[in-house]
Amino acid sequence: MSALQEKARELLASAAVQVVIGYGRGSGGAARAVFIREATKAGDLVFDGTCLQNLAVYLMKPEVRKLGKAALVVRPATLRTILQLAAENQIAENSLLALVPSAEEIVLLATFAAIEAHVAALDSDLSTAEKAELQRFTALGLDERRRFWEEQFSRCLKCYACRAACPLCYCTRCTVECNQPQWIPVPAHDLGNLEWNVMRAMHLAGRCVNCGDCSRACPVGIPLYLLNQKLVSDVFTGFNSRSGISARSDNALSTFKPNDPEDFIR
Amino acid sequence: MESEKRSIGREALAELISQWRSAGKRVLAPKRSGDKVDFAWVASLEEISLDHVQTVQSPKAALFPRVEELFSFRSADGRVEVRERDLGALPETVVFGLRPCDAAAFTALKAIFNWDSPDSLFSARLARTTLVAVACSSADEYCFCTSVGGGPGAIAGSDILLTDLGDGDFLAEIVSEKGRLMLQGAEALFRPGAGREKERCLARVEKAFDLEKVDPGLARRFDDDAFWAGQSLRCLGCGACAYVCPTCACFDIQDEGGITGKRLRCWDSCGFGLFTLHTSGHNPRPLQSQRWRQRLMHKFSYMPERQGVLGCVGCGRCSRACPVDMNILEHIRAIAEARP
Repeated sequence: MSALQEKARELLASAAVQVVIGYGRGSGGAARAVFIREATKAGDLVFDGTCLQNLAVYLMKPEVRKLGKAALVVRPATLRTILQLAAENQIAENSLLALVPSAEEIVLLATFAAIEAHVAALDSDLSTAEKAELQRFTALGLDERRRFWEEQFSRCLKCYACRAACPLCYCTRCTVECNQPQWIPVPAHDLGNLEWNVMRAMHLAGRCVNCGDCSRACPVGIPLYLLNQKLVSDVFTGFNSRSGISARSDNALSTFKPNDPEDFIR
Repeated sequence: MESEKRSIGREALAELISQWRSAGKRVLAPKRSGDKVDFAWVASLEEISLDHVQTVQSPKAALFPRVEELFSFRSADGRVEVRERDLGALPETVVFGLRPCDAAAFTALKAIFNWDSPDSLFSARLARTTLVAVACSSADEYCFCTSVGGGPGAIAGSDILLTDLGDGDFLAEIVSEKGRLMLQGAEALFRPGAGREKERCLARVEKAFDLEKVDPGLARRFDDDAFWAGQSLRCLGCGACAYVCPTCACFDIQDEGGITGKRLRCWDSCGFGLFTLHTSGHNPRPLQSQRWRQRLMHKFSYMPERQGVLGCVGCGRCSRACPVDMNILEHIRAIAEARP
C-alpha cells in the first residue's frame, strides 16, 4: 500500500473525513477522479504524472458536498484554488483536508494557514516556458492576434466544458444564461463565441490560478490557457496581485482602492 | 443487403473528389490539425486524413449545424412578415471519410427529425447529401460498434463504402441508388471489384456487452439513485458528450434581433442543469445523476421504443471527449451485466 493509500485508509477508518477525493486509474491508462468513501477502497488511489485534473472543482458540487467532510488529493494549482475559493467565501475553514502526495510522505494540510504556508514555499508565477510562449504571442500584432482568436473561437461548440471543468466558474446561473436582458448571444456563431470566451476570461481575471483545466477540457483544443495566462500576468503587473496565495485576499478587479493608479482612464 | 463492388486506386479517388468539387459539391471530410482529427470542408484528397481511428466531432453538422437559421421575420405596420429558408439554395454536400458507425447514426438522426412531423430543413439537407464512408482499419478501446449492431465494415446507412485494401486500392461498395447516381460519369475511374475481399483489412472490434440486456438493466435500475450517483459523481455536467455525439439531436430555439430578426436552432444538451428548468423554477431533473441517467435511457431505451432505432452507434466519441473520463462503454457494460 502506498503512503497515500495508507493515509486515506486511516482518515476514513477514523472517520476524520467521510470521503477522499483523489485519482484512480481510468480508461487508456489515464487517471480519473474517484470518491473513496470506505477505508477498504483506499487501494484504488493512484498518484503519478497522469493525475492532472484540478479536483477542487468537486468542492463546489452539491452532490459531492453532501458526502460530508472531504480530504482532497492536491497538486499545487489545487491548493491555490482552495485558497482562492476561501477568499471568495465559497469554502469554510475546517471543511476539508488537503493531501499533498510526494515520494516520501503525505503532507496533510488541515487549515487555510497551513495551505498558505505551503503555497508560499512554491513558485506560483507562470513557468519560464509559459512566459516564453506568452511573450511570443503578445509580440504578434493586434490584427494577427485577432485573426488567431477568430480562427480558434470559430471552432468553439459552446459545450461549456471549459466552464464545467473550472473550479472558479461556480456560479449557479452563468451570465450566458441570463436572458433578461441577453448579455451574451447563446448561439455558437462567431459573435456568440467571441463574447462568451472573452466574458469568461474576464470573469476569471485576477481569480484564475492557471491550473489549465479549461484547455484540457476543451474537446476541440482551443488554447484558452493563453488568455488566462495573459490576464494572470497583466493583473500581477498592474495590481501587484496574485490569486490563490491567501485565503483572505481581495480580488484585484473587484476591489476599489482610492490609491489605484487607474492609468488606463487618464 | 447486396451492394455493387468496384475498386479504385488512390489517384483515381483523388480525381473523383476533385470532380465532385468541380461540380460544385462541398466535401466535408476528416482533416488533421495538430494532434486532433476533425471534420472540415476540404478541396482535395491530400487534405483528408484516412489513418486515424475517429474524428473528435461527428459529421452530424452536415445535416444539423450547431447554429442554423430556421426563418427570418420582420414586423412593420402591425404585421409580421415571415421569410422561410430557400431550401432549394442549400448546397450539394458529400460527407467523405465518415465511419460506418457515423453512417448508421444518420439513420437515427433521420428517425428523430422526421418522427412526428418531418423537419423540412433537415430533410432538404439530407436529400442533397451523399455519404461516402471509409471502413475502419483500426479501432481503439472506446470503440464498440459491434455491440450495438454495427461493424467496422458495415455498409448500412452509407451511400458508398470504401475500404482501404492496403495495396493502393480501395474497394468501393455502392450501397444505395444515391451512391450509384453519384458515380455516374466517373465509371472510367473504377475497375471491377469482384473477388476483392475486405474482411482481412478491417479492424477487430470485440463484442463488449449483450445489447438485449441493456434495456431491462436500465429499467431495473431506474429508481436506484445510488447507482446513478455512483456512475456520475465525477460528471461535470458539460455538453461535450452530446455535442460530439453523432445521434444527439436536442436543440434550443433562440431569436436574434428585435422586431426584425431571425429564429435560430442551436445545439443543446440534456447534461446541462438548465435543460429541463421550468419557468416556475421547478426542475424535474435537478441532479447530475438524473441527467446522466436520462442520457443513457434516451439512447438505449426511449429511442428504440419511440423511433425504433438505437440512439448509440458505439463510435466512442463521448468517452474520448469527456474531460473526466465518463466512459459510456464501461457504464453500459455495468448495466448489462448487473444481476436482476
